[in-house]
Amino acid sequence: MNNNKAIMQDMIREIQAETQSISMMEVCGTHTMAIAKSGIRDLLPDNIKLISGPGCPVCVTAQGDIDAVIELVNQQDLILATFGDMMRVPGTSSSLQEARGKGADIRVVYSPMDAVEMARNYPTREVVFLGIGFETTAPPVGASIEAARAMQTKNYSVLSLHKLVPPALEVIFSDPDIKVDALICPGHVSLVIGLDPYRELAEKYHKPCVITGFDNADILQGILMILLQFKQKQARAEIQYRRAVKEKGNPVAQNVLKRVFKEVDTRWRGLGEIPGSGLEISDEYSAYNARHRFDIPDIEDIPIKGCSCGEILTGKISPHDCPLFGSACNPLNPIGPCMVSHEGACAAYYRYTPLRGEIR
Amino acid sequence: MCLGVPGKIISISENNVAVVDVNANQVEISIVLTPDAQIGQWVLVHAGFAMQIMDESEAEESLALMLELQKIRETFSYEQ
Repeated sequence: MNNNKAIMQDMIREIQAETQSISMMEVCGTHTMAIAKSGIRDLLPDNIKLISGPGCPVCVTAQGDIDAVIELVNQQDLILATFGDMMRVPGTSSSLQEARGKGADIRVVYSPMDAVEMARNYPTREVVFLGIGFETTAPPVGASIEAARAMQTKNYSVLSLHKLVPPALEVIFSDPDIKVDALICPGHVSLVIGLDPYRELAEKYHKPCVITGFDNADILQGILMILLQFKQKQARAEIQYRRAVKEKGNPVAQNVLKRVFKEVDTRWRGLGEIPGSGLEISDEYSAYNARHRFDIPDIEDIPIKGCSCGEILTGKISPHDCPLFGSACNPLNPIGPCMVSHEGACAAYYRYTPLRGEIR
Repeated sequence: MCLGVPGKIISISENNVAVVDVNANQVEISIVLTPDAQIGQWVLVHAGFAMQIMDESEAEESLALMLELQKIRETFSYEQ
């Protein structure tokens, strides 16, 4: 799309002329960051609200699951490979970073293939990759399992905490306490899943769903496409981010998901247990399932005292409404995951709009 | 976490491994999820994997014009 200044100014003016009251939820941590960084929220009229949804995989990981991972590294002699986002997430007793400080062997990788390579370099050690992420990240992790099998790398396994976005969107649309009129759908999740899952949602709940890219002009155009649907009194699923997202998604990646994973019920922070919203390693690849190789405890979710991440992740309140925001909870001393993760709503607000109203 | 960056494929070797140029950095990635990717095409890279083949002209534009709106935002705040 054309990103030039005159076109963007026109788009902003068009959005500012809108008079209907509309709440749009973005369901991608990268959108949360891009919107906060751009200042688009402050350019919108008061009747158009952009709220952040459960789009940060680290943030929606259940507290009990984080505690189970920390217990695993404390109890077992293994190498845990993980994306950097997970290191500082607070468990009930410590974070992975603190566990590493006490001697656990935890290594940050960029790609799950780095973890497979690590397993090949340390053939006498067990390497467990902590699989966190949505439909974007699960295919690379699935492909790493298939690569490990092809190379007969038997000391590699995955602890899958992967989650699927559409079942969570169903919960959001069905909850009478959450006021969302339209969705700014995640660009990179949609690379994989395509348009069909949103078609079903748009039809069933009569809410516009627009798959949007991450540049400022993309986001403005995505908002305009939603506003146009409201003017037309329609609710369709559409793609704004056409340069990357194809209507059918990526069938090769979808097939990896089908082969390597199976859908299971799983718990989300803030949303509770959602049927069919988790990905567990399939029976076919169970030899690479860390749950079969190690005794991984099932730990109850103990809420973090005073933390509002659950309400923030579902758009019920804004980070500014949390009594801990910016005082007891800040990026140096994060209390909840939404402040820890680079793309958590609290971290994004803290970095770009720390004081409500001051930016206007 | 679902961060993706556009990269241009420079070379493709065995086992679906490719070298891509991301902002003038050369990075080795897997193209197992985009088996049709060719040298010279842009792909969207996530966690060391090409996730989708992109439209070339659009990808170049998205890299070059990231900061435009911030400038416009400044203009708006002066006008107000």
